[in-house]
Amino acid sequence: MNIIKECESINKEYNYFNTIAKDAKEGNGKLKGYYISVKDCICVKDMETTSGSEILKGYKPLFNATIINKIEKEGGAIIGKTTQDEFGFGSFNVNTKIVPKNPFDKTRTCGGSSGGAAGLTQKASFKHIAIAESTGGSIACPASFCGVIGLTPTYGIVSRYGLIDYANSLDKIGVMAKDVKDVELMFNIIKGYDKKDSTSLNNELNKDVKIKKIGVIKECLNVDKEIKDIVLSNLDKYEIVSLPLAEKYGLSCYYILAMAEASTNLAKYCGMRYGAHEELNGDFNEYFSNVRSRYFGKEAKRRIILGTFTRMAGYRDAYYLKAAKVRSLIINEYKNAFKKYDLLVSPTMPIVAPKFSEIDKLTPLENYMMDIMTVGPNLAGLPHISYNAGFKNKMPVGIMYIADHLNDNKLIQIGKKKE
Amino acid sequence: MKVDKELIKRVASNARLNLTDQEIGEFMPQLKDILDVFSKIAEVDTKNVKERFHPVEIKNNVREDKVEKSLTQEEALRNTIHKKDGYFKGPKAI
Repeated sequence: MNIIKECESINKEYNYFNTIAKDAKEGNGKLKGYYISVKDCICVKDMETTSGSEILKGYKPLFNATIINKIEKEGGAIIGKTTQDEFGFGSFNVNTKIVPKNPFDKTRTCGGSSGGAAGLTQKASFKHIAIAESTGGSIACPASFCGVIGLTPTYGIVSRYGLIDYANSLDKIGVMAKDVKDVELMFNIIKGYDKKDSTSLNNELNKDVKIKKIGVIKECLNVDKEIKDIVLSNLDKYEIVSLPLAEKYGLSCYYILAMAEASTNLAKYCGMRYGAHEELNGDFNEYFSNVRSRYFGKEAKRRIILGTFTRMAGYRDAYYLKAAKVRSLIINEYKNAFKKYDLLVSPTMPIVAPKFSEIDKLTPLENYMMDIMTVGPNLAGLPHISYNAGFKNKMPVGIMYIADHLNDNKLIQIGKKKE
Repeated sequence: MKVDKELIKRVASNARLNLTDQEIGEFMPQLKDILDVFSKIAEVDTKNVKERFHPVEIKNNVREDKVEKSLTQEEALRNTIHKKDGYFKGPKAI
């Protein structure tokens, strides 16, 4: 079956694409024979790129993200742009027009924000690797809910040039696949210093992949017993390690910083140079406000309000700057743990993929709380990976391994050992 | 944390958003809920702790001040309908 036709047929049933390529251009190189999907927040030249937002409807980038050039150079065939929460704002991929459905049960979420990437990775019958992106857990969460592998690299190791920002100090491009060897193949292609990204890291990854000691994060075991048992049954030997600061304050610290950064990043969308346009009526304040109010979704508005508030005079010290200090302490807490352990472990998510009808009942705060396991490593820029650990009531459960900065290869190594 | 209609309106106006009364009514209790949880970071002792704005140490990475190839005027204007004589056309400024 033609690959594009298969994508169209999967998409009809599951909503994994915002855009499907007209044809998949195959080439020669390390990715010959592979079909690559790209999360919609990453620019592919001449292919509509909306980051899941109505305000970017119609935007066709004039350039490729650095990683897309690398993929094309190695012969990877780009098949389209996958669905996501608007600008990455969400854990269930419901904050957008096109909502992807879980490959195991269509009444449930794929997780978010890289939901389309994870669902397609599980469902595609062809050789497929997904390019995804995480700010606070947007790779690990959907990988866990869809039963695939999701790698979030060390912050700065993969170029962000051509990524539509959510929060610059947190965004990381990563990889999803069914086979750890495919994750490794793609990671090795897309990583590396890029002078076009001012936060690109010019450091070598640690080549030592020996894993001697694993620490399970105590505070993360406070979940459903079945999920806890499934996760622990994947480990032969482990110790228990406590990370009280990350557990107690990680969520607040993450959301304050992420929303503050998001609200500044979203300031550029105003209906003038790309994306949604309106008739040029009123002065610039009226015009910009009209376009923004009309095209941003509800969660984007909520985050813009909160992010603007925490940076405002009178509140900045208590929220934004305080959170940046707490971030220092949380990073140190992880760094101390890595003096003793090669890898830290927790369940990826405290639950299995919920039903859409259950998500409808959650308040925004209850939504944010679902990220309790994943925000810590994201806040600290630590590489982490989610593997399938087993199933609860036929729904996948994820186990998350976290490594110290630049030790991404250990996360791949642990998967190879499992095979 | 006191979150009232006036505060939300003020923040929204700073962020160039017009919120409807219905949106404000919906957001008010939600934002209060969220800010109450955010406020808990005040408990953490951060005396003598420096802020971290990046998770890893990053050296300034600036390119040489040299003219490089960039988009043509025509390309730069391709994604907008608001253009005139090779420029972006914006709303009234004064």
